[in-house]
Amino acid sequence: MTDFVSRRTLMKGAGATLGAAAFARALAPLTEFGETLDMQGMLQKHYKELSTEDMHGVLRRLEEKTKEEYGAEVFIDDVRPIPDVQFGYALNLSACIGCRKCAEACHEENNHDRATNNSYIRVLAIDKGTVDLAFSETDYDGFVPQKDKYYMPVQCHQCDNAPCVKVCPVEATWKEADGIVVVDYDWCIGCRYCEAACPYHARRFNWSKPEIPAEEINPNQAYLSNRVRPQGVMEKCTFCLHRTRKGQMPACLEACPTGSRVFGNLLDPESEIRQVLLNKRVFVLKEDLGTQPRFFYFFDE
Amino acid sequence: MSRLLLGIAALALLLVGCNQGFSDPSREFGPPVAGKKSGVVTIHQPAGLGLLDTDRRDIHGAPIGIACATCHGAGADMEPIVKELGNPEQMHATITLKHGENTCASCHDTDRSKLRLANGTTFPMSDAMRLCAQCHGPQKRDYDAGSHGGMTGYWDLRQGPRTRNHCLDCHSAHDPAFRGGEAVHPVKDRFMSAPSETHHD
Repeated sequence: MTDFVSRRTLMKGAGATLGAAAFARALAPLTEFGETLDMQGMLQKHYKELSTEDMHGVLRRLEEKTKEEYGAEVFIDDVRPIPDVQFGYALNLSACIGCRKCAEACHEENNHDRATNNSYIRVLAIDKGTVDLAFSETDYDGFVPQKDKYYMPVQCHQCDNAPCVKVCPVEATWKEADGIVVVDYDWCIGCRYCEAACPYHARRFNWSKPEIPAEEINPNQAYLSNRVRPQGVMEKCTFCLHRTRKGQMPACLEACPTGSRVFGNLLDPESEIRQVLLNKRVFVLKEDLGTQPRFFYFFDE
Repeated sequence: MSRLLLGIAALALLLVGCNQGFSDPSREFGPPVAGKKSGVVTIHQPAGLGLLDTDRRDIHGAPIGIACATCHGAGADMEPIVKELGNPEQMHATITLKHGENTCASCHDTDRSKLRLANGTTFPMSDAMRLCAQCHGPQKRDYDAGSHGGMTGYWDLRQGPRTRNHCLDCHSAHDPAFRGGEAVHPVKDRFMSAPSETHHD
Protein backbone atom coordinates (compact mmCIF):
# COMPACT_ATOMS: atom_id res chain seq x y z
CA MET A 1 0.00 0.00 0.00
CA THR A 2 1.43 3.27 -1.07
CA ASP A 3 0.57 6.50 0.76
CA PHE A 4 0.13 9.51 -1.55
CA VAL A 5 1.13 11.67 1.31
CA SER A 6 3.64 10.19 3.67
CA ARG A 7 3.54 11.07 7.33
CA ARG A 8 6.86 12.86 6.85
CA THR A 9 5.58 15.01 3.96
CA LEU A 10 2.43 15.86 5.89
CA MET A 11 4.48 17.01 8.86
CA LYS A 12 6.75 19.03 6.56
CA GLY A 13 3.75 20.71 4.95
CA ALA A 14 2.15 21.52 8.29
CA GLY A 15 5.44 22.87 9.60
CA ALA A 16 5.95 25.04 6.54
CA THR A 17 2.42 26.40 6.76
CA LEU A 18 2.78 27.19 10.44
CA GLY A 19 6.20 28.74 9.81
CA ALA A 20 4.89 30.93 7.05
CA ALA A 21 1.96 32.03 9.22
CA ALA A 22 4.25 32.83 12.11
CA PHE A 23 6.58 34.77 9.80
CA ALA A 24 3.69 36.77 8.42
CA ARG A 25 2.43 37.47 11.94
CA ALA A 26 5.90 38.58 13.02
CA LEU A 27 6.12 41.02 10.13
CA ALA A 28 2.57 42.28 10.62
CA PRO A 29 3.67 45.47 12.44
CA LEU A 30 5.42 46.55 9.24
CA THR A 31 2.04 46.80 7.52
CA GLU A 32 0.98 49.28 10.16
CA PHE A 33 3.70 51.80 9.31
CA GLY A 34 2.20 55.06 8.20
CA GLU A 35 -0.66 54.90 10.67
CA THR A 36 0.87 54.85 14.13
CA LEU A 37 4.54 54.47 13.25
CA ASP A 38 6.62 55.73 10.42
CA MET A 39 9.66 54.01 8.98
CA GLN A 40 11.93 57.07 9.13
CA GLY A 41 11.08 57.61 12.77
CA MET A 42 11.77 53.96 13.53
CA LEU A 43 15.19 54.01 11.86
CA GLN A 44 16.21 57.39 13.30
CA LYS A 45 19.50 57.53 15.21
CA HIS A 46 19.97 58.62 18.82
CA TYR A 47 19.92 62.40 19.33
CA LYS A 48 23.63 62.51 20.11
CA GLU A 49 24.51 60.62 16.94
CA LEU A 50 22.49 62.77 14.57
CA SER A 51 24.56 64.88 12.22
CA THR A 52 23.49 68.46 11.51
CA GLU A 53 21.95 67.28 8.23
CA ASP A 54 20.20 64.35 9.91
CA MET A 55 18.81 66.70 12.55
CA HIS A 56 17.57 69.11 9.92
CA GLY A 57 15.68 66.27 8.23
CA VAL A 58 14.28 65.01 11.52
CA LEU A 59 13.02 68.45 12.54
CA ARG A 60 11.31 69.03 9.18
CA ARG A 61 9.75 65.54 9.33
CA LEU A 62 8.42 66.20 12.85
CA GLU A 63 7.03 69.56 11.75
CA GLU A 64 5.22 67.89 8.87
CA LYS A 65 3.94 65.18 11.19
CA THR A 66 2.52 67.77 13.59
CA LYS A 67 0.89 69.55 10.64
CA GLU A 68 -0.61 66.27 9.45
CA GLU A 69 -1.79 64.98 12.83
CA TYR A 70 -2.74 68.21 14.58
CA GLY A 71 -3.29 70.66 11.73
CA ALA A 72 -0.86 73.16 13.29
CA GLU A 73 2.05 74.98 11.66
CA VAL A 74 4.90 74.67 14.14
CA PHE A 75 8.60 75.47 14.20
CA ILE A 76 10.77 72.84 15.87
CA ASP A 77 14.30 73.91 16.73
CA ASP A 78 17.28 72.03 18.14
CA VAL A 79 18.47 74.53 20.76
CA ARG A 80 21.87 73.71 22.22
CA PRO A 81 23.22 74.71 25.65
CA ILE A 82 24.77 78.19 25.98
CA PRO A 83 28.49 77.89 26.85
CA ASP A 84 29.37 78.75 30.46
CA VAL A 85 25.78 78.63 31.63
CA GLN A 86 24.57 76.32 34.41
CA PHE A 87 20.88 76.71 35.09
CA GLY A 88 19.47 76.95 38.60
CA TYR A 89 15.97 77.61 39.87
CA ALA A 90 14.75 78.69 43.30
CA LEU A 91 11.26 78.98 44.74
CA ASN A 92 10.16 81.18 47.64
CA LEU A 93 7.91 79.15 49.96
CA SER A 94 7.11 82.29 51.96
CA ALA A 95 5.52 83.89 48.91
CA CYS A 96 3.86 81.01 47.03
CA ILE A 97 0.07 81.04 47.45
CA GLY A 98 -0.64 77.75 45.66
CA CYS A 99 -2.70 79.30 42.84
CA ARG A 100 -1.28 76.83 40.27
CA LYS A 101 -0.83 79.56 37.63
CA CYS A 102 2.63 78.03 37.05
CA ALA A 103 1.10 74.62 36.37
CA GLU A 104 -1.34 76.21 33.96
CA ALA A 105 1.38 78.12 32.12
CA CYS A 106 3.42 74.91 31.87
CA HIS A 107 0.40 73.09 30.45
CA GLU A 108 0.01 75.66 27.70
CA GLU A 109 3.68 76.32 26.99
CA ASN A 110 4.71 72.67 26.78
CA ASN A 111 1.85 71.37 24.62
CA HIS A 112 0.44 69.03 27.23
CA ASP A 113 -2.51 66.73 26.70
CA ARG A 114 -5.67 68.79 27.25
CA ALA A 115 -7.77 65.80 28.34
CA THR A 116 -5.62 65.00 31.40
CA ASN A 117 -4.76 68.61 32.35
CA ASN A 118 -1.16 67.41 32.46
CA SER A 119 1.60 69.70 33.72
CA TYR A 120 5.21 69.22 34.80
CA ILE A 121 4.41 71.09 38.01
CA ARG A 122 2.52 69.54 40.91
CA VAL A 123 1.63 71.92 43.74
CA LEU A 124 1.47 70.35 47.20
CA ALA A 125 -0.69 71.93 49.92
CA ILE A 126 0.97 71.06 53.23
CA ASP A 127 -0.25 71.66 56.79
CA LYS A 128 1.65 74.51 58.41
CA GLY A 129 4.09 73.29 61.01
CA THR A 130 4.74 70.00 59.22
CA VAL A 131 6.91 68.87 56.32
CA ASP A 132 5.13 65.58 55.83
CA LEU A 133 4.75 65.28 52.07
CA ALA A 134 2.82 62.04 52.48
CA PHE A 135 -0.07 64.00 53.97
CA SER A 136 0.02 66.79 51.41
CA GLU A 137 -2.85 67.46 49.03
CA THR A 138 -2.69 68.18 45.31
CA ASP A 139 -6.42 68.18 44.57
CA TYR A 140 -7.39 71.26 46.56
CA ASP A 141 -9.51 73.91 44.89
CA GLY A 142 -11.26 77.16 45.73
CA PHE A 143 -9.66 80.10 47.49
CA VAL A 144 -5.90 80.10 48.12
CA PRO A 145 -3.93 80.53 50.27
CA GLN A 146 -5.79 78.69 53.03
CA LYS A 147 -4.74 79.96 56.46
CA ASP A 148 -3.55 76.58 57.75
CA LYS A 149 -1.58 75.58 54.63
CA TYR A 150 1.60 76.38 52.84
CA TYR A 151 2.24 75.46 49.24
CA MET A 152 5.16 73.70 47.61
CA PRO A 153 5.26 73.43 43.81
CA VAL A 154 7.35 70.42 42.75
CA GLN A 155 8.77 69.92 39.29
CA CYS A 156 11.92 68.32 37.87
CA HIS A 157 14.89 69.23 40.06
CA GLN A 158 17.40 68.64 37.22
CA CYS A 159 19.54 66.63 39.66
CA ASP A 160 23.28 66.52 39.13
CA ASN A 161 23.17 62.94 40.42
CA ALA A 162 19.96 61.99 38.67
CA PRO A 163 18.48 58.55 39.48
CA CYS A 164 16.22 58.72 36.43
CA VAL A 165 19.22 58.95 34.10
CA LYS A 166 20.96 56.01 35.76
CA VAL A 167 18.06 53.59 35.40
CA CYS A 168 17.28 54.23 31.74
CA PRO A 169 18.13 50.97 29.95
CA VAL A 170 18.48 52.60 26.50
CA GLU A 171 20.14 55.95 27.34
CA ALA A 172 17.11 57.85 26.11
CA THR A 173 17.54 60.38 28.92
CA TRP A 174 20.69 62.23 29.95
CA LYS A 175 22.05 65.39 31.52
CA GLU A 176 23.00 68.21 29.17
CA ALA A 177 26.00 70.54 29.53
CA ASP A 178 23.88 73.30 31.11
CA GLY A 179 22.45 70.92 33.71
CA ILE A 180 19.08 70.14 32.15
CA VAL A 181 17.98 66.50 32.13
CA VAL A 182 16.36 65.78 28.77
CA VAL A 183 14.55 62.92 27.04
CA ASP A 184 14.90 61.91 23.39
CA TYR A 185 11.21 61.13 22.87
CA ASP A 186 12.06 59.22 19.71
CA TRP A 187 14.51 56.95 21.54
CA CYS A 188 12.45 56.32 24.71
CA ILE A 189 10.88 52.84 24.90
CA GLY A 190 8.37 53.82 27.59
CA CYS A 191 9.50 51.34 30.25
CA ARG A 192 8.83 53.95 32.97
CA TYR A 193 11.87 52.93 35.05
CA CYS A 194 12.78 56.63 35.30
CA GLU A 195 9.32 57.48 36.58
CA ALA A 196 9.77 54.94 39.35
CA ALA A 197 13.31 56.11 40.12
CA CYS A 198 12.51 59.81 40.50
CA PRO A 199 12.05 60.71 44.18
CA TYR A 200 10.26 63.93 43.20
CA HIS A 201 7.59 62.29 41.07
CA ALA A 202 8.62 64.66 38.31
CA ARG A 203 8.33 62.44 35.26
CA ARG A 204 5.13 61.87 33.30
CA PHE A 205 4.11 59.11 30.93
CA ASN A 206 2.05 59.66 27.80
CA TRP A 207 -0.61 57.04 28.33
CA SER A 208 -2.45 58.24 25.25
CA LYS A 209 -1.70 60.38 22.22
CA PRO A 210 -1.89 63.97 23.47
CA GLU A 211 -5.06 65.79 22.45
CA ILE A 212 -4.51 69.48 21.70
CA PRO A 213 -6.66 71.71 19.48
CA ALA A 214 -4.61 73.16 16.58
CA GLU A 215 -5.15 76.77 17.68
CA GLU A 216 -3.86 76.00 21.19
CA ILE A 217 -0.59 74.38 20.10
CA ASN A 218 2.44 76.47 21.01
CA PRO A 219 4.32 76.68 17.69
CA ASN A 220 7.64 77.65 19.28
CA GLN A 221 9.06 74.19 19.93
CA ALA A 222 12.30 72.30 20.46
CA TYR A 223 13.26 68.68 19.80
CA LEU A 224 14.27 67.97 23.41
CA SER A 225 11.57 70.14 24.91
CA ASN A 226 7.97 70.99 24.16
CA ARG A 227 7.32 69.40 20.77
CA VAL A 228 4.16 67.30 20.88
CA ARG A 229 5.19 63.95 22.37
CA PRO A 230 4.20 60.63 20.85
CA GLN A 231 2.10 58.12 22.79
CA GLY A 232 3.97 55.71 25.05
CA VAL A 233 7.02 57.83 25.96
CA MET A 234 8.21 59.65 29.07
CA GLU A 235 8.32 63.41 29.36
CA LYS A 236 9.55 65.88 31.95
CA CYS A 237 10.22 69.52 32.78
CA THR A 238 13.16 70.93 30.82
CA PHE A 239 13.22 74.36 32.50
CA CYS A 240 11.58 75.41 29.18
CA LEU A 241 14.90 74.97 27.36
CA HIS A 242 13.33 76.19 24.11
CA ARG A 243 12.98 79.54 25.92
CA THR A 244 15.78 79.55 28.48
CA ARG A 245 18.53 78.57 26.03
CA LYS A 246 17.51 81.66 24.07
CA GLY A 247 17.85 83.81 27.18
CA GLN A 248 14.17 83.96 28.13
CA MET A 249 12.59 83.14 31.48
CA PRO A 250 10.74 79.84 31.91
CA ALA A 251 6.97 80.06 31.35
CA CYS A 252 6.16 79.14 34.96
CA LEU A 253 8.25 82.04 36.27
CA GLU A 254 6.54 84.57 34.02
CA ALA A 255 3.12 83.28 35.08
CA CYS A 256 3.77 83.47 38.83
CA PRO A 257 1.67 86.31 40.29
CA THR A 258 3.67 86.38 43.53
CA GLY A 259 7.23 86.55 42.18
CA SER A 260 8.05 83.35 44.05
CA ARG A 261 10.30 82.02 41.32
CA VAL A 262 13.94 82.97 40.68
CA PHE A 263 15.81 81.61 37.67
CA GLY A 264 19.26 82.17 36.27
CA ASN A 265 22.85 81.20 35.62
CA LEU A 266 24.60 79.64 38.63
CA LEU A 267 27.99 80.60 37.19
CA ASP A 268 27.21 84.33 37.15
CA PRO A 269 27.99 85.73 40.63
CA GLU A 270 25.73 88.73 39.90
CA SER A 271 22.73 86.63 38.95
CA GLU A 272 19.48 86.65 40.95
CA ILE A 273 19.74 82.93 41.63
CA ARG A 274 23.20 83.38 43.15
CA GLN A 275 21.91 86.19 45.38
CA VAL A 276 19.22 83.82 46.69
CA LEU A 277 21.70 81.02 47.36
CA LEU A 278 24.07 83.40 49.13
CA ASN A 279 21.60 85.35 51.26
CA LYS A 280 18.49 83.25 51.91
CA ARG A 281 17.68 80.22 53.99
CA VAL A 282 17.77 77.61 51.26
CA PHE A 283 17.07 73.90 51.25
CA VAL A 284 16.71 71.15 48.68
CA LEU A 285 13.99 68.55 48.81
CA LYS A 286 15.03 65.10 50.09
CA GLU A 287 18.65 66.17 50.45
CA ASP A 288 19.46 62.87 52.19
CA LEU A 289 18.99 60.99 48.92
CA GLY A 290 22.07 62.65 47.48
CA THR A 291 20.41 63.62 44.20
CA GLN A 292 22.03 67.08 44.19
CA PRO A 293 19.14 69.08 42.75
CA ARG A 294 19.36 72.30 40.74
CA PHE A 295 16.03 73.33 42.20
CA PHE A 296 16.07 75.12 45.56
CA TYR A 297 13.42 76.19 48.04
CA PHE A 298 13.89 79.25 50.21
CA PHE A 299 12.18 81.41 52.82
CA ASP A 300 11.99 85.19 53.21
CA GLU A 301 12.52 85.27 56.96
CA MET B 1 36.16 121.75 -7.00
CA SER B 2 33.87 122.63 -4.07
CA ARG B 3 31.25 120.27 -5.51
CA LEU B 4 33.83 117.45 -5.52
CA LEU B 5 34.79 118.16 -1.90
CA LEU B 6 31.11 118.14 -0.92
CA GLY B 7 30.71 114.76 -2.65
CA ILE B 8 33.68 113.27 -0.80
CA ALA B 9 32.36 114.59 2.51
CA ALA B 10 28.92 113.09 1.85
CA LEU B 11 30.49 109.72 0.97
CA ALA B 12 32.61 109.77 4.13
CA LEU B 13 29.53 110.53 6.25
CA LEU B 14 27.66 107.66 4.59
CA LEU B 15 30.52 105.25 5.30
CA VAL B 16 30.76 106.34 8.93
CA GLY B 17 26.99 105.91 9.26
CA CYS B 18 27.13 102.38 7.86
CA ASN B 19 30.01 101.44 10.10
CA GLN B 20 28.10 102.54 13.19
CA GLY B 21 25.11 100.57 12.04
CA PHE B 22 27.02 97.29 11.85
CA SER B 23 29.16 97.56 14.96
CA ASP B 24 26.33 97.75 17.47
CA PRO B 25 27.93 96.41 20.66
CA SER B 26 24.59 95.31 22.16
CA ARG B 27 24.26 92.67 19.43
CA GLU B 28 27.41 90.73 20.24
CA PHE B 29 26.95 87.23 21.63
CA GLY B 30 29.09 84.98 23.75
CA PRO B 31 29.34 83.39 27.17
CA PRO B 32 28.14 85.64 29.99
CA VAL B 33 30.71 87.82 31.67
CA ALA B 34 30.15 88.63 35.33
CA GLY B 35 28.64 92.08 35.78
CA LYS B 36 28.43 92.74 32.06
CA LYS B 37 24.75 93.18 31.39
CA SER B 38 23.79 95.31 28.45
CA GLY B 39 20.06 94.52 28.57
CA VAL B 40 17.40 96.89 29.73
CA VAL B 41 15.35 96.29 32.86
CA THR B 42 12.14 98.30 32.87
CA ILE B 43 9.86 98.64 35.87
CA HIS B 44 6.27 98.46 34.77
CA GLN B 45 4.37 101.66 35.55
CA PRO B 46 0.90 100.88 36.89
CA ALA B 47 -1.97 102.80 35.30
CA GLY B 48 -3.92 105.35 37.31
CA LEU B 49 -1.11 106.46 39.64
CA GLY B 50 -2.28 109.64 41.34
CA LEU B 51 -5.86 109.15 40.20
CA LEU B 52 -8.79 108.62 42.54
CA ASP B 53 -10.80 105.63 41.33
CA THR B 54 -14.44 106.49 40.64
CA ASP B 55 -15.76 102.99 39.84
CA ARG B 56 -16.78 104.41 36.46
CA ARG B 57 -15.50 103.50 33.06
CA ASP B 58 -15.18 105.49 29.86
CA ILE B 59 -16.59 104.47 26.49
CA HIS B 60 -13.52 102.23 25.87
CA GLY B 61 -13.89 100.45 29.21
CA ALA B 62 -10.91 102.21 30.80
CA PRO B 63 -11.43 103.28 34.42
CA ILE B 64 -12.14 106.96 34.98
CA GLY B 65 -10.07 108.54 37.74
CA ILE B 66 -10.03 112.00 39.23
CA ALA B 67 -6.60 113.60 39.43
CA CYS B 68 -5.72 114.59 43.01
CA ALA B 69 -4.97 118.11 41.78
CA THR B 70 -8.57 118.53 40.63
CA CYS B 71 -9.42 119.32 44.24
CA HIS B 72 -6.02 119.42 45.93
CA GLY B 73 -4.14 121.58 43.44
CA ALA B 74 -1.26 123.67 44.77
CA GLY B 75 -2.73 126.44 46.93
CA ALA B 76 -6.29 125.14 46.51
CA ASP B 77 -8.74 126.28 49.12
CA MET B 78 -10.52 123.11 50.27
CA GLU B 79 -13.31 124.83 52.14
CA PRO B 80 -15.61 125.75 49.20
CA ILE B 81 -14.94 122.36 47.60
CA VAL B 82 -15.94 120.48 50.74
CA LYS B 83 -18.96 122.72 51.13
CA GLU B 84 -20.00 122.00 47.54
CA LEU B 85 -19.35 118.27 47.42
CA GLY B 86 -19.90 116.92 50.92
CA ASN B 87 -17.48 115.58 53.50
CA PRO B 88 -14.00 114.42 52.47
CA GLU B 89 -14.52 110.84 53.65
CA GLN B 90 -17.39 110.48 51.21
CA MET B 91 -15.24 111.88 48.42
CA HIS B 92 -12.64 109.20 49.06
CA ALA B 93 -15.12 106.37 49.58
CA THR B 94 -13.39 104.17 46.98
CA ILE B 95 -10.28 104.13 49.16
CA THR B 96 -10.01 101.55 51.93
CA LEU B 97 -7.12 102.49 54.17
CA LYS B 98 -5.71 99.35 55.83
CA HIS B 99 -2.03 100.12 55.90
CA GLY B 100 -0.73 99.87 59.45
CA GLU B 101 -1.17 103.06 61.43
CA ASN B 102 -0.75 105.25 58.37
CA THR B 103 -2.99 108.19 57.57
CA CYS B 104 -3.27 110.12 54.28
CA ALA B 105 -0.56 112.57 55.28
CA SER B 106 1.90 109.75 56.09
CA CYS B 107 2.56 109.42 52.37
CA HIS B 108 0.78 112.28 50.54
CA ASP B 109 2.26 115.75 50.44
CA THR B 110 0.02 118.78 50.98
CA ASP B 111 0.40 119.12 47.22
CA ARG B 112 -1.59 115.93 46.66
CA SER B 113 -0.02 115.26 43.26
CA LYS B 114 3.18 114.46 45.16
CA LEU B 115 4.38 111.95 47.71
CA ARG B 116 6.39 112.81 50.78
CA LEU B 117 9.01 110.81 52.69
CA ALA B 118 9.17 111.01 56.48
CA ASN B 119 12.15 113.37 56.15
CA GLY B 120 10.09 115.83 54.09
CA THR B 121 11.49 115.02 50.66
CA THR B 122 8.75 115.23 48.04
CA PHE B 123 8.65 113.59 44.63
CA PRO B 124 6.08 112.74 41.94
CA MET B 125 3.77 109.71 42.09
CA SER B 126 5.84 107.97 39.42
CA ASP B 127 8.57 107.42 42.06
CA ALA B 128 6.12 105.66 44.40
CA MET B 129 8.49 102.71 44.97
CA ARG B 130 10.87 105.04 46.78
CA LEU B 131 8.12 105.75 49.27
CA CYS B 132 7.36 102.04 49.83
CA ALA B 133 11.07 101.41 50.38
CA GLN B 134 11.35 103.84 53.30
CA CYS B 135 9.48 101.37 55.54
CA HIS B 136 9.78 98.06 53.70
CA GLY B 137 13.54 97.71 53.65
CA PRO B 138 13.80 93.91 53.48
CA GLN B 139 11.32 93.85 50.57
CA LYS B 140 13.28 96.55 48.75
CA ARG B 141 16.52 94.66 49.38
CA ASP B 142 14.97 91.47 47.98
CA TYR B 143 13.45 93.35 45.06
CA ASP B 144 16.84 94.76 44.14
CA ALA B 145 18.38 91.30 44.46
CA GLY B 146 15.68 89.89 42.16
CA SER B 147 13.90 87.64 44.65
CA HIS B 148 10.82 89.77 45.36
CA GLY B 149 8.27 90.66 42.71
CA GLY B 150 7.35 89.01 39.44
CA MET B 151 9.01 89.65 36.12
CA THR B 152 8.83 88.74 32.45
CA GLY B 153 11.33 88.73 29.62
CA TYR B 154 14.95 87.59 29.64
CA TRP B 155 17.05 86.06 32.41
CA ASP B 156 20.02 86.73 30.13
CA LEU B 157 20.09 90.50 29.73
CA ARG B 158 22.66 90.19 26.96
CA GLN B 159 19.97 88.64 24.83
CA GLY B 160 16.94 90.76 25.60
CA PRO B 161 15.09 93.09 27.96
CA ARG B 162 13.17 92.38 31.13
CA THR B 163 10.08 93.97 32.63
CA ARG B 164 9.67 93.93 36.39
CA ASN B 165 6.53 94.46 38.39
CA HIS B 166 6.03 97.70 40.31
CA CYS B 167 5.14 97.38 44.04
CA LEU B 168 1.66 98.61 43.14
CA ASP B 169 1.13 95.91 40.50
CA CYS B 170 0.58 93.42 43.32
CA HIS B 171 -0.06 95.56 46.41
CA SER B 172 -2.66 98.29 46.73
CA ALA B 173 -1.03 101.37 48.24
CA HIS B 174 -3.91 101.83 50.67
CA ASP B 175 -4.61 98.16 51.46
CA PRO B 176 -1.37 96.40 50.63
CA ALA B 177 -1.90 92.87 51.99
CA PHE B 178 -1.59 90.37 49.13
CA ARG B 179 -5.07 89.15 48.26
CA GLY B 180 -4.80 85.57 47.02
CA GLY B 181 -7.50 84.17 44.77
CA GLU B 182 -9.07 81.10 43.25
CA ALA B 183 -6.75 78.22 42.40
CA VAL B 184 -6.66 77.41 38.68
CA HIS B 185 -5.80 74.33 36.64
CA PRO B 186 -7.11 71.48 38.86
CA VAL B 187 -5.21 68.20 38.66
CA LYS B 188 -6.83 65.29 36.87
CA ASP B 189 -4.90 62.23 37.96
CA ARG B 190 -5.77 58.92 36.35
CA PHE B 191 -6.25 57.38 39.77
CA MET B 192 -8.16 60.24 41.27
CA SER B 193 -11.83 61.08 41.10
CA ALA B 194 -12.80 64.35 39.39
CA PRO B 195 -12.12 67.47 41.49
CA SER B 196 -15.00 68.24 43.79
CA GLU B 197 -17.43 70.97 42.72
CA THR B 198 -17.72 72.42 46.21
CA HIS B 199 -15.23 75.06 47.21
CA HIS B 200 -14.07 74.98 50.80
CA ASP B 201 -13.69 78.61 51.81
